[in-house]
Amino acid sequence: MATIALDRLVKRYGKMAVVHGIDLRVNDGEFVVLVGPSGCGKSTTLRMIAGLEDISEGTVSIDGHVVNEFEPKDRNIAMVFQNYAIYPHMSVAQNIGFGLYTSKLTHGEKTKRIADTARLLGLESLLDRRPSQLSGGQRQRVAIGRAMVRNPVAFLFDEPLSNLDAQLRAQMRIEIKKLHQRLGTTIVFVTHDQVEAMTMADRIVVMRDGHILQVGTPMELYDNPTDVFTARFIGSPTMNLIPATLREQAGHRVAELDQVQASVRLPSNFPIADIGADVLVGVRPHDLVVDQAGAGTGIALKGEVSVVEPLGSETLVHLEIGGTAVIATAPGKIIPRAGDRVTVRAPEGSLYLFDAKSERALCRT
Amino acid sequence: MTPQITLSGARSSHTAFRPSRIVSWTLLFLGGLVMVTPILFMLSTSLKDASQVYDLKLIPASPSLDNYWTVLSDGRFLRWFLNSLVVAVAVTVSNVFFDSLVGYTLAKFRFRGRYVVFIAILSTLMIPTEMLVIPWYLMASTFGWIDSYWGIMFPGMMTAFGTFLMKQFFETVPDEFLEAARIDGLNEFTIWWRVAMPLVTPALSALAIFTFLGNWTAFFWPLIVTNSRELYTLPIGLSSFAVEQAIQWEMIMTGASLATIPTLLVFLLLQRYIVRGVMLAGLKG
Repeated sequence: MATIALDRLVKRYGKMAVVHGIDLRVNDGEFVVLVGPSGCGKSTTLRMIAGLEDISEGTVSIDGHVVNEFEPKDRNIAMVFQNYAIYPHMSVAQNIGFGLYTSKLTHGEKTKRIADTARLLGLESLLDRRPSQLSGGQRQRVAIGRAMVRNPVAFLFDEPLSNLDAQLRAQMRIEIKKLHQRLGTTIVFVTHDQVEAMTMADRIVVMRDGHILQVGTPMELYDNPTDVFTARFIGSPTMNLIPATLREQAGHRVAELDQVQASVRLPSNFPIADIGADVLVGVRPHDLVVDQAGAGTGIALKGEVSVVEPLGSETLVHLEIGGTAVIATAPGKIIPRAGDRVTVRAPEGSLYLFDAKSERALCRT
Repeated sequence: MTPQITLSGARSSHTAFRPSRIVSWTLLFLGGLVMVTPILFMLSTSLKDASQVYDLKLIPASPSLDNYWTVLSDGRFLRWFLNSLVVAVAVTVSNVFFDSLVGYTLAKFRFRGRYVVFIAILSTLMIPTEMLVIPWYLMASTFGWIDSYWGIMFPGMMTAFGTFLMKQFFETVPDEFLEAARIDGLNEFTIWWRVAMPLVTPALSALAIFTFLGNWTAFFWPLIVTNSRELYTLPIGLSSFAVEQAIQWEMIMTGASLATIPTLLVFLLLQRYIVRGVMLAGLKG
């Protein structure tokens, strides 16, 4: 196990920088997920940790040692790739054992390691098979096995679940998480899927355009996003954002929702801002609930239903509110019809306020 | 009752009698006949005695294997056969090794001048062999390689075509395979040998076949560079039957029939790779 530290890490291709001086510390035994859209620099960062990409500036340290000039093999890390990278001309046992190719272990010790790893991953009965005879999930387990067999100090996963179908992906998420709990090895996991990030990570690193936007536990990021991007990227369905303007009403500061006859009262300690400034009011779909009885508290909005998505336990209701598309939820078996006018209500404390220009979070209310 | 859809069956029964199909089958048959006839006459002549050679009947009046015994009992034929085998195998092994090594480097490593090197290698394909023979001969003469195995082999030990073919194939190998091996601690040569090479077996087979066949039938350069009869390759040896004595067609045809055995074996065993190799050379260019 090991700590991994990135210090002002920069990656440039020619004159174009794709990673802009990021700082990050991954603690011993921690499961950290780098998440962000395509092209945000998360895979490049992972490849710099692995030694597969040269570092333009800054340092990567593993267990306190700067490894910038180390070859990948000398970093004692293992990597699992998106397309598994298991060799089609080798059996499962040979693939797992390939991680020990340069090891000085005896043949007997290697065989035992392969058998132990296969047992841990439930691959004992498949050791003589070729990759073409395996399912996607089994192939992924072989790839993990090849990484595990060397007892590396850290695992790097580069979107390893992207090629699997939804059901298998959910299953592999749990398997990888269990594996981490059992081995306790440091893991850096790259994905563009926020569900993977939320369900697996001890800490999530949100990246965009080569910058780290926010680092925190899944719930920290969900509850307290520092900007619009993180707020919308974390959580499914994505957070609703309704344009509003700062006003003063009866001695209180409020955010008046544009084209909607509703306003949100801001906390008394809200920092003084320009009256008339544009803001965005954010509310998560699960906090914006269809109110049939009309007796709830909190902010109420009225809109016309455009589409409904019944999910069984609840229904996602797509609404048009003052020209803004919004998603709300209807609990239980309540399923509004397209064209209905409904009232949706968000309780106090569930709203987020963002500056429309800088997109930085201002407060919760 | 659900209606049965028999589209494919109906289609094949209709298309079988289309005039365009009849024309194409006829053309294919004629083309095949043109190609097979000389081979049949070669085999037929090898089974005839000298008096029947100019009798153009395809089936000999009294077929006999005597010519085969005569050729095989002549030590020179076996020597030439062995020479051809040594040359073809050595050049093939060399091409498979060096062409794939260079092809891999050009396909998988980013270095300054990579494109220029590739174009320079590729441009040698434009130079006809006839233009190269004099420089080759001068080189062989300077280094004392005239009338030696090495003299026959050296111009073909590595080819631009093979390098091109292998580069195109290596480009299809995902980088992750190589990176995974790099992280596992393998050096670059072992990655090429243990990981990349097994992944391009079809291309290696195609290259091996092309190189073997090309060298087995090579005539021009071996004729120039060899002087002593002991170093003749099979095509040169067979041609000497025609120029040194009265032309013995039945013996030449017998030798030629025997000479086709390795090429036929190679074709029969690896024909699917030949097709794939030809397709690759055509498509990726």
